[in-house]
Amino acid sequence: MKILFGITLFCYFISMVKYFSYLAVRKRMLFIIATASITAGFVFHTALLVARSMETGHGPYTTTFEYYAFFSWATVLVYLIAEIRYKIKDLGSFVIPIAFISLAYSFSLSRYVSTTVPIVQFWLTIHRTLSFIGYATLALTFGAGIMYIIQESQLKSRHLGTFYYRLPSLEILDEINKKAVDIGFPLITLGFISGIIWAWQRDGYFSLDFKRTLLMIITWSIYGTLFFGRIMAGWRGKRAARFVVYGFMVVIIAYIVHIY
Amino acid sequence: MNLIILGVNHKTAPVEIREKLAFSEKHFEETFNALHDYPELKEKVILSTCNRVEIYARVGNIDDGIKRLKDFIYRYHNINKGELEKFFYTYFTEDAVEHLFKVSSSLDSMVIGEPQILGQVKDAYTLAKECRATGLILNQLFEKAFSVAKKVRNETRIAESAVSVSYAAVELAKKIFGDIDGKVIMIIGVGEMSELAAKHLISSGAKGILVSNRTFDRAIELARDLKGSAIRFDSIEDELVRTDIVISSTGAPHFIIKKDMVERVIHKRRNKPIFFIDIAVPRDVEPAINTIENVFLYDIDDLQNVVDANIKEREKESQKAMEIIKKEVGQFLNWLDGLEIVPTIAALREKAEAIRLKELEEAFSKLGTVSDKERIVIDNLTSAIINKLLHEPTVNLKKQIESTDGHWYIKVVRHLFNLE
Repeated sequence: MKILFGITLFCYFISMVKYFSYLAVRKRMLFIIATASITAGFVFHTALLVARSMETGHGPYTTTFEYYAFFSWATVLVYLIAEIRYKIKDLGSFVIPIAFISLAYSFSLSRYVSTTVPIVQFWLTIHRTLSFIGYATLALTFGAGIMYIIQESQLKSRHLGTFYYRLPSLEILDEINKKAVDIGFPLITLGFISGIIWAWQRDGYFSLDFKRTLLMIITWSIYGTLFFGRIMAGWRGKRAARFVVYGFMVVIIAYIVHIY
Repeated sequence: MNLIILGVNHKTAPVEIREKLAFSEKHFEETFNALHDYPELKEKVILSTCNRVEIYARVGNIDDGIKRLKDFIYRYHNINKGELEKFFYTYFTEDAVEHLFKVSSSLDSMVIGEPQILGQVKDAYTLAKECRATGLILNQLFEKAFSVAKKVRNETRIAESAVSVSYAAVELAKKIFGDIDGKVIMIIGVGEMSELAAKHLISSGAKGILVSNRTFDRAIELARDLKGSAIRFDSIEDELVRTDIVISSTGAPHFIIKKDMVERVIHKRRNKPIFFIDIAVPRDVEPAINTIENVFLYDIDDLQNVVDANIKEREKESQKAMEIIKKEVGQFLNWLDGLEIVPTIAALREKAEAIRLKELEEAFSKLGTVSDKERIVIDNLTSAIINKLLHEPTVNLKKQIESTDGHWYIKVVRHLFNLE
């Protein structure tokens, strides 16, 4: 398992470096290597999570180590889908580092196997999977949001630098924001509901532990505000991008504060 | 066998000189007939555009070739000898090949990456070929130059960013809207430049065209040309709600598009982006509108800045292009030397054989009476020595010519053995 972990991390690292170099010097080969290694890394990562699940007897979502490894996996998954769908070659430079850092951090964590076997596994699996993909979608939107803010400031300042030539159009970056919210909001909502059902079945009564669900509530509010902001108030472009960027940072800070 | 170029271009000579030296396409037959009077110029191509006049030739001797070319130009254009000497540049062999590759790839152009030059080089070559002025070597050289140009275009971004104001506007629109397809354009004030920019946008896929002008009749006229519709000057604000790109170029002394107006419009558009291109002087659009979110404003100076930035970007790309060219020059020179390898080996063997026969004769005369059998043995012995000695160099020479610095081997062998 350790070898698998090392290979995955190595693949992500190579991919990240190659995406950065591609952003700096336009050589098609760099992009091809970056995409190939992220795809290979994803395959190893999947194998790693499967192996871990077989070892523990449940999905990879009970220890802090598993949280980071699973979040990293979900981020790469969402990224790969976005790359296939939108073909934005520089998105990787802004999203893969998140996946890499998350996985690298998990490397430093204890890999103990939680002894308390979770009960009502079905609802827990649904809950954690949906929420993690929801978080990962937010991470992707964060990357696209940074790109939007950079490109917008280039266009507004009317002094065009390297990023103007490299980054895609505002329209497509805003579309990623819209699509991500359209998908992420229902995901996180269902994740929330399934979490409540899981807690209900486990305890036998309805409860909402604010401290433990804080992260979920923050993420859900970000998605919700943006979702309705887009529909009702015509939010888009820079405002939507900035909202996600700040929102994602709040989630990260909340998470860090939460665990320490 | 040497390749030479004699020429002037926009960097070395002002237009007054270039026009004096230009060759007209109409009289190309006559021109080549005049060139055929110089048998020293074995193959030749004349490239004459508004920015350059260059003659490419294959000659036996470089200095002599240059002299003949100059003589031809002076005689053909009735110019006194020496008058224009300082404007000319010359390139030989390796540099000549590199220069042609640079010219055809548009690295030597006034605007780097401009697309016309390749067509002009192709035309020049075709004319020369029709007049039977080219042969094996220039044919290969020019065909290679075309493929190098194509490679440079495909593998670098040398021709990608716009270097004219109206194209720069289209490119900016693409960076904002992603796709121009189906976008609505409004033209305020009929003018040559706004019309040009609109045409570029239409060819990129813009659908609705709204034309507005102080005098309504002119608006109708242009609207008809562009298959759009004319709108009244006082309905601009209402129409802006469905407009994505505005090109403004009126002669008005005050702002036509004001900030409060755009604020109302953007609200009604539910923040859908809108792009103002203000090419009027004095300006038509209040500069402060650029502070409104999802509104983008570029005036004529901004567009010029974009063009300047694009030119710099192209210059950066031209370094990448030079790497490609250097590699291709090496390949071409190897091909060229491949042609020389057979004569070189033949000359080497001839020289060895001549020495052998001469020395053999001297030896026999010193020996006096030698039997036929002895004669044959000695003769075979000397032949064998020469063959064995030359065998490996010959094989290696043929092998080395495939490598990148193969042409040096030919030079060295010719030099060491003093072969002409």
